[in-house]
Amino acid sequence: MNLRPSSDTIRLIVPALSLASLLAAVFWLQPRAMSYVGLNLLFNLAVPIALATIAQMLIMAVNNLDLSMGAFVSFAACVAATFLHDNPPLGVLILLAAIAVYALLGVIIHLRDLPSIVVTLGMSFVWTGLAVLLLPAPGGHAPEWARWLMTAKPPLMPMAIVASIVIALLAHFIVMRSSFGVLVRGVGGNERSVERAGWSALVARAGAYGLAGAFAVAAGIALVGLTTSADANIALRYTLLSIAGVILGGGEFVGGRVSPIGAVIGALTLTLAGSFLSFLRISPDWQIGAQGAILIIVLALRLFLNRIESRERRR
Amino acid sequence: MTLFHGLMRKPWIWSYLAVAVVWFATIMVTGGASAVGLSKAALTFAAFSVIVGIGQMFVITLGPGNIDLSVPATMTLAGTVALKLMGVDNGMIVPGLLSALAIGVGVGVCNYGLIKLLRIPPIIATLAMSFIVQSAAIWTNRGLRIKPPSLLAEFTTSSTLGIPNMAIVALAVAVIAWVLLEKSLYGRWITAIGQSMAAARMAGIPVDGTRFITYVLCAVLAALCGYLLACFSGGAALNMGAEYLLMSIAVVVIGGTSVAGGDSNVPGVWGASLFMFLVVSMLNTYGLGAGVRLIMTGLIIISVIVVASGRRARQP
Repeated sequence: MNLRPSSDTIRLIVPALSLASLLAAVFWLQPRAMSYVGLNLLFNLAVPIALATIAQMLIMAVNNLDLSMGAFVSFAACVAATFLHDNPPLGVLILLAAIAVYALLGVIIHLRDLPSIVVTLGMSFVWTGLAVLLLPAPGGHAPEWARWLMTAKPPLMPMAIVASIVIALLAHFIVMRSSFGVLVRGVGGNERSVERAGWSALVARAGAYGLAGAFAVAAGIALVGLTTSADANIALRYTLLSIAGVILGGGEFVGGRVSPIGAVIGALTLTLAGSFLSFLRISPDWQIGAQGAILIIVLALRLFLNRIESRERRR
Repeated sequence: MTLFHGLMRKPWIWSYLAVAVVWFATIMVTGGASAVGLSKAALTFAAFSVIVGIGQMFVITLGPGNIDLSVPATMTLAGTVALKLMGVDNGMIVPGLLSALAIGVGVGVCNYGLIKLLRIPPIIATLAMSFIVQSAAIWTNRGLRIKPPSLLAEFTTSSTLGIPNMAIVALAVAVIAWVLLEKSLYGRWITAIGQSMAAARMAGIPVDGTRFITYVLCAVLAALCGYLLACFSGGAALNMGAEYLLMSIAVVVIGGTSVAGGDSNVPGVWGASLFMFLVVSMLNTYGLGAGVRLIMTGLIIISVIVVASGRRARQP
């Protein structure tokens, strides 16, 4: 029997610890948050961010980076608030086409060996442009079912927590347990050896991009379910939030080292950081700055734990 | 003919060809009426992208993963603090400039400090730093819009011998950057680090020092740009740097600098900056709405990168 935790478990400890301590701090500052309603309010906005973070994580698993995530989630939210509400079949068709475009981007980036940063940078203009065409001014209506899903009140645990757990488990199953997930992470780890072993890195990359598109679409729908209307710039900050979430959750930029459960925890931590700061009564001027400081503290903590991990390994 | 072939082999030639095409396409519509005005506006606005773009180019040359996301926040903070310090006093122009540059140095030192001490990827380090810098800018600005000193406002918006002063400043920056990159030991060092950090270290290049200087240089150029932009637009605004985040990366890459690092290109940054401005004004001239304009801009960026990378075909 081996009781020593695996290195994957150790990688999860830092994100989990930071979330737990942040949550404890929030409860200490505001005991009333320790309730069904309080928790739901704290984590409500985390659901779309968690979905976007998983999407970003899939792209990072194949050593790429998506700078269009925020623009794409905004676009998906605009489609959800217009077509998906007024004409569901057409709305579904548009969203499926958008996912297909994502998969196609993966193919193009792979075949021509393009820098993903630049291609997605270009796409961010395209998605924002399409979103502006759909909704030049904020508006639209959330589809009934999206609204129902996001405001549902399951027993025992608030919807936001249930949704986060479901997202984490689903992503964990796809990325860590399925053969497709192994292939995707293998491409991130060593593309050439995956190809030598007879698999297609092209299919893996296209699949990762397509799946990322699907998660990002879900993020857009979840966001509209929460806000009831959309706007072309509604989710622009998701690009940086999703990257920060993946890194906070123990993921790496290269090497296919990602952790879906960690990514969801990272997204929750980022959301909670905002609430924590407002409970601290920090002047609104410094709220963004304090978020940056929290990011730095968590990463310093991770460096510290990584050192312990490598010392253990050497022993 | 050899001159022609030599030119065609330069990676930056494509951005200039694209500039010429877009310039003519715009002039055709207006019937030649706005040729001078358009060129002047393009030179002025491209100048700002060039200044931040060159800083970003040095950082990107350092190799994969090196990118500075704190550029917009640095621009905003430098612009706000400098304008606040100068008041509207013409005598304070030099102290204002120095304070802006000092902010650049400070941000650059902190950026690299985070990267080195916490061993976090530059994207996250500069992102976290940009949050803090942006907060500092919000705190100092408090919604105030202070006018720049009259002499400085005059300088940034006027022309010398028909060339906008901003373009002359950016040209000087570009020439210095080119000399640094192509003729100095420092330039050779960053190129070597971008090609292989391990090999550079083996060869005895002071890798940490070189990377440190590069991040400071990038932040200083962003601060200089913020200072000039705030004076040019008659005051600092909190969102004044926002569009320069994507712009600084776009001009570097379209200009022919390799995103994989180790291969940079100063003339290309100028070409790409002119190109990015001219595309937007061409689409404006055609009377297209904001949505279509954004889509076209995006598609053009993607097509440029697809065409440009076709020349360096995938290694087998």
